[in-house]
Amino acid sequence: MGFEKILFYIFSVLLIMSATMVISVRNPVKAALFLVLTFFASAVLWLLLQAEFLAIVLVLVYVGAVMVLFLFVVMMLDINIERMRAGFIRYLPVGIAVALGMVGMLIWIVSGEGSAFDHSVARDASYNNTAELGRLLYTDYVYPFEIAAVILLVAIIAAITLTLRRRPNTKHQKIEQQVAVKRHQRVRMVKMQTEKKFGEKR
Amino acid sequence: MIELSDYLILGAILFSLSIAGIFLNRKNVIILLMSIELMLLAVNINFIAFSHFLNNIEGQVFVFFILTVAAAEAAIGLAILVVLFRNKRSINVGELDSLKG
Repeated sequence: MGFEKILFYIFSVLLIMSATMVISVRNPVKAALFLVLTFFASAVLWLLLQAEFLAIVLVLVYVGAVMVLFLFVVMMLDINIERMRAGFIRYLPVGIAVALGMVGMLIWIVSGEGSAFDHSVARDASYNNTAELGRLLYTDYVYPFEIAAVILLVAIIAAITLTLRRRPNTKHQKIEQQVAVKRHQRVRMVKMQTEKKFGEKR
Repeated sequence: MIELSDYLILGAILFSLSIAGIFLNRKNVIILLMSIELMLLAVNINFIAFSHFLNNIEGQVFVFFILTVAAAEAAIGLAILVVLFRNKRSINVGELDSLKG
């Protein structure tokens, strides 16, 4: 049993246990933190699969951005946990039954697809996963890549417009009035005598 | 050696756990969103496992796009959740019956 296999089993067990805690823990904040642990464990598994760039992206983008967003929202909302938990026990048998049936069928299908598909190549240290992925993204997949950028832009605009609200009592700048201002509204020309400088004789 | 089916079984277990999460926490929208994230993670594990074992990096490109779309989905979903809570003071799925559908 090699070192990789030990790592695989340790982090698989960690992944499954933390995913179980995500769906069963009482407090949503703890659920979000266990989801962070799940992402870390799967990042390690992706490193074992030689997908270094995506493992780092999972930690940076998911743990660093998306899960912080989750935690922020969970902590901002004032949730009545007890009422949220109503029905947990009632749906527990059907949930377990559906999950067991699904995992049984999936394992029945995918087990045995073992060594026949194994075309993996052991890479040496000079292989650069990020460079390979970038070469493919910026050549063959450049059009989907730009669509992904547009999707992110749409997400930004949608999230901001959904949550932006104008309260009646707050003080804003009125940009259109500031831009449309005329000179005579701001500056008043005054006729006056020129003053004498100190010590000057007339 | 670790085989392809090991990773596929891991993805299957994770996917089934997230389905069980949707069944168990059907009142709480936040946990539902987290279960969807777990589902996407299971799919991503399958993609990367196939990408490794078929020696084809295009699977990782698709994982990249799935991560992008999942981040966008999480941002919009949480924004909808905040607006929902602001208007109804609750995120209970059972109380979201304004449309009478």
